[in-house]
Amino acid sequence: MDLRLDHVTLVYPDGDSTLTAVDDVSLVVPSGTTTALLGPSGSGKSSMLAVAGGLTPPTSGSVAFGDGPPVFTTTTTRDVATTVRLERIGFVFQQPQLIPSLTALEQLELLAHLRGQRPSSVRERALEMLDAVGLGPWAHKRPDTLSGGQRQRVAIARAFVGDPHVLLVDEPTSALDHERGVEIIELVTGLGRRFDAATLLVSHDESTLGAVDATAYLLDGRLTERPAAA
Amino acid sequence: MFVALRDLRFARGRFLLMASVIVLITYLVVFLASLTRGLGEDSTSGITALPTDHLAFTVQADAPPSGPGGGPTFTGSQVEQSQWQAWAKVDGVTSAQPLGIAQVRATSTTTTAAVTAFGIEPGAGLLPHGAGKADVADGKVLLSSGAADALGAKAGDKLSIGTLDVTVDAVLDVTAAYAHTPVLWTSLDDWQELGAHLAPGADPTTVATVVALVTSSDDALAAADDDIGTVTQNLHESLSAISSYSSEHGSLLLMVVFLVGIAALVVGAFFTVWTVSRSGDVAVLKALGASTRYLLRDAIGQALVILVIGVGIGTLLAWLTTVLLQSVVPVAIGLSTTLLPAVVLVVLGVAGAALAIAQITRVDPHAALAAR
Repeated sequence: MDLRLDHVTLVYPDGDSTLTAVDDVSLVVPSGTTTALLGPSGSGKSSMLAVAGGLTPPTSGSVAFGDGPPVFTTTTTRDVATTVRLERIGFVFQQPQLIPSLTALEQLELLAHLRGQRPSSVRERALEMLDAVGLGPWAHKRPDTLSGGQRQRVAIARAFVGDPHVLLVDEPTSALDHERGVEIIELVTGLGRRFDAATLLVSHDESTLGAVDATAYLLDGRLTERPAAA
Repeated sequence: MFVALRDLRFARGRFLLMASVIVLITYLVVFLASLTRGLGEDSTSGITALPTDHLAFTVQADAPPSGPGGGPTFTGSQVEQSQWQAWAKVDGVTSAQPLGIAQVRATSTTTTAAVTAFGIEPGAGLLPHGAGKADVADGKVLLSSGAADALGAKAGDKLSIGTLDVTVDAVLDVTAAYAHTPVLWTSLDDWQELGAHLAPGADPTTVATVVALVTSSDDALAAADDDIGTVTQNLHESLSAISSYSSEHGSLLLMVVFLVGIAALVVGAFFTVWTVSRSGDVAVLKALGASTRYLLRDAIGQALVILVIGVGIGTLLAWLTTVLLQSVVPVAIGLSTTLLPAVVLVVLGVAGAALAIAQITRVDPHAALAAR
């Protein structure tokens, strides 16, 4: 299912005035492909990701999946947004953001519990996902015993275990060296293709993005042509 | 409680510390509640065991300070024969008997002890249930089991009570104490000879401390009080007329209430810190799709587990202590001193935790996008 952002604008209050973080952005990420969103710090990349994931309602515009009706609009309630995230979106954050008390396997089983299912009902799928990210032998390890790269792989497996329509990835390589960064991007794009997810990936490091299908450049909240290198 | 139970296992040091605090507070509350009730019974069981429903007091002009709320006191009350005879004629009163109460020293062949002498008319029916066919008679006394223990006396032994020399007629298998001294029963005539109770100028042959009433209706009591010059209280109200009981019971109850309040605050403070420290995890869980209701249920369940374990262990330890000490310390064990404080602690602890955990509702899932 494609990810469709339609004329999305996000305005934050900023003291006595306002700050336009995302300015009338329309973007389509086709199903099974990865689009990298580039831009300098403060250009609105993470704000756009927050709107796409229903973490923040847009000031105007909407977000839709496939040809269906908008899932996030200016009037979408928190409860509805939470349900959409739970059922249809996978998140990979800048830091792995794993729950310290859960093993790698439990990080994945948690999603089933949030959905009201027995955690054990997804154990097979969770173990498959951990195998897919190369962490099968570490399934019963807690985050504090894993390396930074391994933690990020668990976070990626967690994002895919619920079979999401849309995957939102926020600068997943910021804490990794170049080589591991490339591996992580290849892993995300490969899994996105395999599970037919529309992946929107925010990054500031263009050198790791060889595997992505498309790129978009954001400057001052607007999609624009990439400026020529100095 | 998928995350909550794993948090308990993962951060077991922190939760063990918290549970230990709850165990200690529960131990104190339950033991203090048992002690409060035990001391209360040690002060009042002689009165509560009376087979009557009301007591009529007088308030003397030169009596000691009155009880709480300006009520009468046993030490200040002195009724006369004309008053108990008048009470016997009041509608709705089926029995009106004089009862003398005096704290005196009693000496047996082996020891001396402070006791409370209850002076009653032979055949008055004022002995507690369990006395069987025993009755008082001049020159003879009946001992409660506590008095027999304190004096090391048994039936047939000689005792000196104040200026009186008497014989122990029987030891009753009943618990009866008044103001922390065991009760013995004498005839009213003997009690009047003790002289410990008399107001200046009173005729020693015509007085008692209160009139013990058995009533079928209390409609006419207030009017009769006005006519006869007495103040009538039901048996429960009359306990506050035991001066030492009121102040002692009130102080101990205040301590129990404060401890329960402290327990709720401590639990609330712990979960405030705990919730703040895991607000990042909460934001991530919300971003992943956890509803606020799910997170609140998870966190309150976690608090409930700690409270039930802590309160359970604390109650068990306190119960064991009271069982071990009940022969040497006046403690009373019952549901009201164990289960009731335990339930109150759990309920107030959950309430304290819930106030702290409510912060979860304000955590913004957007925060999950921030690096940490």
